[in-house]
Amino acid sequence: MNIDSIKNGIVIDHIKAGQGMKVYDFLDLGKLNCSMAVIQNASSNKMGKKDIIKIDSALDVDLNALGYIDPNITINIIQDSVRVMKYHPELPETITNIIRCKNPRCITSTEQQLPHVFRLTDRQKDEYRCVYCESRASR
Amino acid sequence: MRHIISMADLTVTEIDELIATSQDIIISPVKYREACRYKKLATLFFEPSTRTRLSFEAAMYELGGQVLGFSEASSSSAAKGESVADTIRTVCCYADIIAMRHPKEGAPTVAATHASVPVINAGDGGHNHPTQTLTDLLTIKLEKGRFEGLTVGLCGDLKFGRTVHSLVHAMCRYPGVRFVLVSPEELKVPSYVKIPLKEGSVPYEQNTDLVSVLPELDILYMTRVQRERFFNEDDYVRLKDSYILTPEKLAHAKAGLSIMHPLPRVNEISTEIDQDPRACYFRQALNGKFIRMALILKLLEVSV
Repeated sequence: MNIDSIKNGIVIDHIKAGQGMKVYDFLDLGKLNCSMAVIQNASSNKMGKKDIIKIDSALDVDLNALGYIDPNITINIIQDSVRVMKYHPELPETITNIIRCKNPRCITSTEQQLPHVFRLTDRQKDEYRCVYCESRASR
Repeated sequence: MRHIISMADLTVTEIDELIATSQDIIISPVKYREACRYKKLATLFFEPSTRTRLSFEAAMYELGGQVLGFSEASSSSAAKGESVADTIRTVCCYADIIAMRHPKEGAPTVAATHASVPVINAGDGGHNHPTQTLTDLLTIKLEKGRFEGLTVGLCGDLKFGRTVHSLVHAMCRYPGVRFVLVSPEELKVPSYVKIPLKEGSVPYEQNTDLVSVLPELDILYMTRVQRERFFNEDDYVRLKDSYILTPEKLAHAKAGLSIMHPLPRVNEISTEIDQDPRACYFRQALNGKFIRMALILKLLEVSV
């Protein structure tokens, strides 16, 4: 399967197989008009199978938030057809409206318009807690 | 502008300053009686309360300020479905400071996000209740004259009682403090509460028998064992009476013991004990007013 290389944009590589569409939805890529490819189950020496997303446009989003989905993802920034940066996203300090608080006693359970915000409370344990009720996020 | 949503919003130094201000208020109340003149406290109580609401209101009146608010959600626009954010934005038009109780955890955090005046959390469900913890600390200071070197017994529901968790966290920073945690197996303190004790090498013991540990205690902090916390009725019936403090049990205690309770009590402290000088739960309720006066002064940045 051949997919054109991109000139200016982002390649999100080493996505765990099956998680590609989750990343697509998370970044709300459906709203973009640029060329884009979601490659599922690509073969990988390291992972066996992996998903890849290629976006032929610069994205104005915090890609570090991807660290919550999978810190092993690789982000490649491409400029003039050359990779200028490669990194793994770090766990974000806060994540908003990615996961929902499941505590029935939390204020978010009755006030529907509130954003569901979680703060990183323990980087070693990947632990996030609701900023309102401090309940631990369940993945 | 500051908000007090949990005890974590106050430094150790600030807690000590609040206690010192409260003690000065007790000694020289006249000095403070005009301190908050022309200031208004809004007490927004989305669920009922006796001590907390009335002590906040009494505190503001004794500072020369005025009070407005509601004492149940049904008498506010919350009953019409108004959000916390909109209620707070509205109240900020009328008041200089807000004390808020809400049944949902985190509601005061939402309030603080939208408030242009200081917000004090007066209890959000079973989550945080910082002014109760401040009240407890002031009471210990007044009853004992110190925090250091005390053996503190906590008895009853230690699993769900956030007041107990918060007090353990606040007290464990003082040298020589030792905790005796008395509860049924089903209601033992959660492991995360013991983390600061282990990290700080603070001595503690867990026990299911109140009488056997009573002679060691300088402070006995009683809480209510609630029926709804048990999975079956048999366990509740088996355990409920073992944590009722009676004059017979109290005979085993030190003459200098201080018996505390956040109130309301149901039957966990026999009314016969109320006359005992060691019972300080009603003095504790009074102290709640003084510490709230100190907190209002601090948040309104009033110096006397």
